Amino acid sequence: MDKKILLQIKNLSKSFTGVTVLDKVEITLKSGTIHALMGENGAGKSTLMKCLFGIYTQDEGEFFLNGEKFNFTDPKHALEQGVSMVHQELNQVLQRTVVDNIWLGRYPKKGLFVDEKKMLEDTIKLFESIQVDIDPTRKLADLSVSQRQMVEIVKAVSYDAKVIVLDEPTSSLTANEVAKLFQIMNTLKNQGIGLIYISHKMEEIFAIADYVTVLRDGNYIGTNPIAELDMDSIIKMMVGRDLKNRFPNKLHNIGDVVLEVKNLSTIYEPRVMDVSFDLRKGEILGLSGLVGSRRTELLEAIFGARSRESGELYLNGKLIKNDSTVKAIANGFALITEERRETGIYPVSDITFNSTIANIHAYRSKVGLLVSSKMNKDTTRQVDKMNIKINSNSQLIRTLSGGNQQKVIIARWLLLNPDILLMDEPTRGIDVGAKYEIYQLMLDLVSQGKSIIMVSSEMPELLGITDRIGVMSNGRLAGIVDTKTTKQEELFKLTTKYL
Amino acid sequence: MENIINSIKNRFKKKSDSVSFGEFLLNNAIYFIIGGIVLFIIIREPTFLSFAVIKNILTQSSVRLILALGVGGIIILQGTDLSLGKNVGFAAIITASFLQSFSYGARFYETLPDWVWNVDSLGVVVGFQWYFYIFVLLIAMTVSAFFSAINGIVVAKFKVHPFLATLGGSVALYGILLLYFNISASGPQPIGSLDPTYSSFVGIWDVFGFEIPLLVIYAIIITIIMWFVWNKTVFGKNMFAVGGNPEAAKISGVNVFKTTVLVYLLAGVLYGLGGYLEAARVGSANSAFGLNYELDAIAACVVGGISFSGGIGKISGAVAGVLMFTVITYGMVYLGIDAYYQYIIKGVIIVAAVALDTRKYIKKT
Repeated sequence: MDKKILLQIKNLSKSFTGVTVLDKVEITLKSGTIHALMGENGAGKSTLMKCLFGIYTQDEGEFFLNGEKFNFTDPKHALEQGVSMVHQELNQVLQRTVVDNIWLGRYPKKGLFVDEKKMLEDTIKLFESIQVDIDPTRKLADLSVSQRQMVEIVKAVSYDAKVIVLDEPTSSLTANEVAKLFQIMNTLKNQGIGLIYISHKMEEIFAIADYVTVLRDGNYIGTNPIAELDMDSIIKMMVGRDLKNRFPNKLHNIGDVVLEVKNLSTIYEPRVMDVSFDLRKGEILGLSGLVGSRRTELLEAIFGARSRESGELYLNGKLIKNDSTVKAIANGFALITEERRETGIYPVSDITFNSTIANIHAYRSKVGLLVSSKMNKDTTRQVDKMNIKINSNSQLIRTLSGGNQQKVIIARWLLLNPDILLMDEPTRGIDVGAKYEIYQLMLDLVSQGKSIIMVSSEMPELLGITDRIGVMSNGRLAGIVDTKTTKQEELFKLTTKYL
Repeated sequence: MENIINSIKNRFKKKSDSVSFGEFLLNNAIYFIIGGIVLFIIIREPTFLSFAVIKNILTQSSVRLILALGVGGIIILQGTDLSLGKNVGFAAIITASFLQSFSYGARFYETLPDWVWNVDSLGVVVGFQWYFYIFVLLIAMTVSAFFSAINGIVVAKFKVHPFLATLGGSVALYGILLLYFNISASGPQPIGSLDPTYSSFVGIWDVFGFEIPLLVIYAIIITIIMWFVWNKTVFGKNMFAVGGNPEAAKISGVNVFKTTVLVYLLAGVLYGLGGYLEAARVGSANSAFGLNYELDAIAACVVGGISFSGGIGKISGAVAGVLMFTVITYGMVYLGIDAYYQYIIKGVIIVAAVALDTRKYIKKT
């Protein structure tokens, strides 16, 4: 059957401060098809969608809807034109009911009041048309994530959507819920709606998609009908890059096991389940996995920031508790968090404050007052040693570049002289040159006998500086591989092991 | 309508969650606390359970409830209103300044235009025209709505935190209030000797021997109107959506600015009404009128489960919160508890109620 072209994205390019994140990307979506969009973390999928929905303005390129050129000004505008997106992070009013959420912004009126009856009837009709089975009078807060997603899909349909973008909708669904979602997607497809389906899960792509478009590092790699592809060819399209020499030479001197993690599970969602591994002196252990594979949660569980259900930690063969961050720090752990701005820096304080705050007890005089000369001396020593570029110690940290901020945070922890550093995306949002310096710093630390666990979503850096790579998949550790001998294809397969 | 709802109820009956006993207690803590306190007071002082006492409690709750319903909407928007007291005070002063008894010598306004007076066949003034009472009410409501709407604009347009916007608004409003208070023909002094007809608005309605305070009637009418506004109008639903998730509301096409300003404006209308009634109840107004009213109203709202985290709250909660406060205050006086202890007990109750409320929303890690 010949299908009408619904949405066309042509020659789309976008760069941020000189870094190209999208380079001449193309997508052609036909009515009544499901079009998978694939690519690794950072391949440019989100940026592409943000350009489509008018959150970013593209540098180059055009969008066509039903043959007509358009540019959406914001997601609301897109929604009214029949293009909607179901986000991974659902943006809903949880305190209100299903019905209230679906019709928010356009409640039908009857006289002075909202026409509750019409709203409810229309909702039920919509639910029946795509076979959703949710009580429309319940509050969203009482629904599961998958039910809330379906509400969002119904909302899109209620706007008479022609194009629906689903951003990794299955990342937190059970197998049954996925089956239900696919059933709904197929219903929509049969009604002539075009769906863009962003996902990492190969099995799902083969189960549901008609076409696959692959992006890699912002480049358009290609679009193929699913029938012409197999898993290996998709993986090759996704990861087939060559590694440039972007990493310092490493001379790792690996010693004995310092940390043993045994059967670690956490209590509250998002849960980490039954994770066991060990970490050696002088080793950099990478943690790879998809967004939402709970790598951060694993670090938090080790650091005592997340309640453990079961499992033990052994430090140098001795059982330790680490059930609070205070105890973890006393045991020689340090956690450098992913959200540098939110949980790392004190933006309106100076560099001395930022570097000494975690170790502030050490700077007290006999009468309990802080000795600023000592604080400044230590700060200057670290700044020099780590080559942090600043004007003076009294400069506010927010005036520094991301790379230098990150170094100050690392300096803060180093003043506590930790043995085990847990680093969550330590180079995120840092430019290439500064990344190199962070890598150098990490290698210096391990050569001094410290150990590092590094969470990273960037495959090149994992392959570039780690000794081993653990792969998290849906809260479980899917396996640990030797960095020297592994292939990206092997890592990719592990990431989807428990999906 | 009933049919649809019933069919849905039946369809999903099997899936409705069973709430654990602990959660049930937690969710309805305020009602258990009120019940417990009332029981305690009745056991200590059985006469507490009398028509006279109930009438007094309801009367004392009435204006407070009207004000709480105003600020309640603002709290649902994740806001607060520290200017409530001054706003009510200003409305009361304006009302009193116009509605002093015609026979009183040192009136705020020595002369008023002829049309306000009701004259008998001999041309002698006997009181105000009936429509002048409404006119004054409208002035009070308009002035309060105006100043409250300014708060709303500052919050919605300039993104000033409501605490600070209304703190500043309160201070500035106090200045305006004092300026007005000082234009009195007889100098700045408490405005008393109010018109008897006006005072009778807050009197008693005798229904076959049942003496029902009119204030209670007004409060009930306002409560019913506000219930419809919150639950049955587009404006009300938008208010909850903006309070619950402003970003989602915006994306869905809700005019967040307009909704915010309207919520403040509506609160102002209620403050104006509150001031109008309160001046009659107290019998005079001075520049300190309305002191700390905002604290009572906000406390009653949060105790009644209108959450500072936004998007959550019910009219019934505001009613329960106000009643609980009045019952406790009245009950403690009734039992002869020292006023100093009363403050301590009330303070503890506010914090405990909010702590209980917050427990429902804490995310565990």
